[in-house]
Amino acid sequence: MMQFGIFTVGDVTPDPTTGRTPTEAERIKAMTAVALKAEEVGLDVFATGEHHNPPFVPSSPTTMLGWIAARTERLLLSTSTTLITTNDPVKIAEDFAMLQHLTDGRVDLMLGRGNTGPVYPWFGQDIRNGIPLAVENYALLHRLWREDVVDWQGRFRTPLQSFTSTPRPLDGVPPFVWHGSIRSPEIAEQAAYYGDGFFHNHIFWPKEHTQRMVALYRKRFAHYGHGSEEQAIVGLGGQVFMRKNSQDAVREFRPYFDRAPVYGGGPSLEEFMRETPLTVGSPQQVIERTLASREYVGDYQRQLFLLDHAGLPLKTVLEQLDILGEEVVPVLREEFAKGRPASVPDAPTHASLLTAARREEAAAESGSTTTATAPEGSAQR
Amino acid sequence: MTATTPIRLVVVSAGLTQPSATRLLADRLAGAAAGRLRSAGRAVEVHVVEVREHARGIADAFTTGFPPASLRAELERVERADALIAVTPIFSASYSGLFKSFFDVLDKDALAGTPVLIAASGGTARHSLALEHALRPLFGYLRAVVAPTAVYAAPEDWAGAHDGAAGTGPALAERIDRAAGELAALLLAGAPAAATPSATAEVTGTGSEARARIGAPADPFEDVVPFEQQLAALRTTGGDMSVR
Repeated sequence: MMQFGIFTVGDVTPDPTTGRTPTEAERIKAMTAVALKAEEVGLDVFATGEHHNPPFVPSSPTTMLGWIAARTERLLLSTSTTLITTNDPVKIAEDFAMLQHLTDGRVDLMLGRGNTGPVYPWFGQDIRNGIPLAVENYALLHRLWREDVVDWQGRFRTPLQSFTSTPRPLDGVPPFVWHGSIRSPEIAEQAAYYGDGFFHNHIFWPKEHTQRMVALYRKRFAHYGHGSEEQAIVGLGGQVFMRKNSQDAVREFRPYFDRAPVYGGGPSLEEFMRETPLTVGSPQQVIERTLASREYVGDYQRQLFLLDHAGLPLKTVLEQLDILGEEVVPVLREEFAKGRPASVPDAPTHASLLTAARREEAAAESGSTTTATAPEGSAQR
Repeated sequence: MTATTPIRLVVVSAGLTQPSATRLLADRLAGAAAGRLRSAGRAVEVHVVEVREHARGIADAFTTGFPPASLRAELERVERADALIAVTPIFSASYSGLFKSFFDVLDKDALAGTPVLIAASGGTARHSLALEHALRPLFGYLRAVVAPTAVYAAPEDWAGAHDGAAGTGPALAERIDRAAGELAALLLAGAPAAATPSATAEVTGTGSEARARIGAPADPFEDVVPFEQQLAALRTTGGDMSVR
């Protein structure tokens, strides 16, 4: 089964049609309102970005996700992304294990590096070490969730002797980890090595970047013995704006596109839609474009949409969620299921990871032969 | 590259008018360089990039972070070039902003090891050293191999004969010929690889081959650094040396 959801950047952007900038309080409350609405309309996932500079508000993702978790029943809480470079991996291990317990396992996370140069020195790091930081910090995080007592020494963090990260992961099963990157092959390689998920944000850039990164991840996932290429765990982003008639969608979205910090002053909306996966149009157009992404990444596990961006008012975003939940996602669920090989895994959840862990334990107890023949590295899942 | 493979000579011309003195100079240089190479028995394919045609695409690449498809195709041609002729009008004592912007959106490794001939046209001969003070350092940064002669064309140069009146040096035609000869020599010698002993057996090697020999980066999607190697690099590196 595929998961569908939304991801948010958490930008505070003036609404270009009114000139009004929301307050931080309004923006934060809008983000949580959007998350609650996501569950109400039947989506599976809400993911928040993490930023440490204006004009962004979400500096404390697990605080926000904990609040949302207390008011939802089914929604899976995630991030887009958690900064593995400038956060202390020990604090990530603690915060997300705590969230995992509070949510009864409704949590996973996506790791990213962050591309804002000054943020690194504010946290005592250097952006030129982005990849090594991601590699070393995750190697530690991975151990903290799997080993009760850790001795550790590295380049970037003070050493640990006899350290136990608490609380231990729920049911002994660490939160599932996605690694996100637009164009760094080292990160696709990292995700493949651990048998973790790989997420491509699939916005702002031509689809060729997505295609190339996913292809590399799938190839290396198989190389490391976690399964076949089609069994790798892939997630995609996407940005859409919908109205019943596509002309209305374009007319309404254009001022937001033309003035958005990431788009403004550049190509036209039409050119950008041609060059990148951005889709502004009818629900049917969004359905077709989303389904077409399977042609260049294969069958995948998670689709997240960016909806609350570029100063769009909350009312509009909630309308978008209604359309997404009522008209788009039900069709996508049905269509993506067609022709999907049985060997393609479902999107991972705490329940599925727990089942897999119990099966491995049982196999280990019933005799060592099964584990001895398991592919190298599969124990790392 | 074998002797039968045509040499890919790419010309980047940043003139804005039609007709353009910059383009006129670019065509003269391309003709002279191609002539030299053909005399040496080599086939030559000349491709001209008119930067003006991509003015909006270049601006878009700045705002979006990626070049639109038509510009991308031209950037790839420049990257694959065996030799480059780069010609700009001089504006405000330097290369034009559009000329610089084209090279700003080009990958910084795209010209590593590539022989380049630099040239400019301008409204007065007093700006001729912009070639030495602006263009040469730019291509130095890009690790291109720049021919010693840079060609500047002032309005009086188009008059033809030796500029005996000003007495400032050989006529434009001679400078074009000398620069073209230098570019052809760099190309036929395999550019910087000629300096390494292993390259001596491969004197016809040019362009991408020459660049491969001087250590231009391989495709990181084809030659993945295995993860164990990434981890091991962290264990063995001391200090706070940054890793690219």
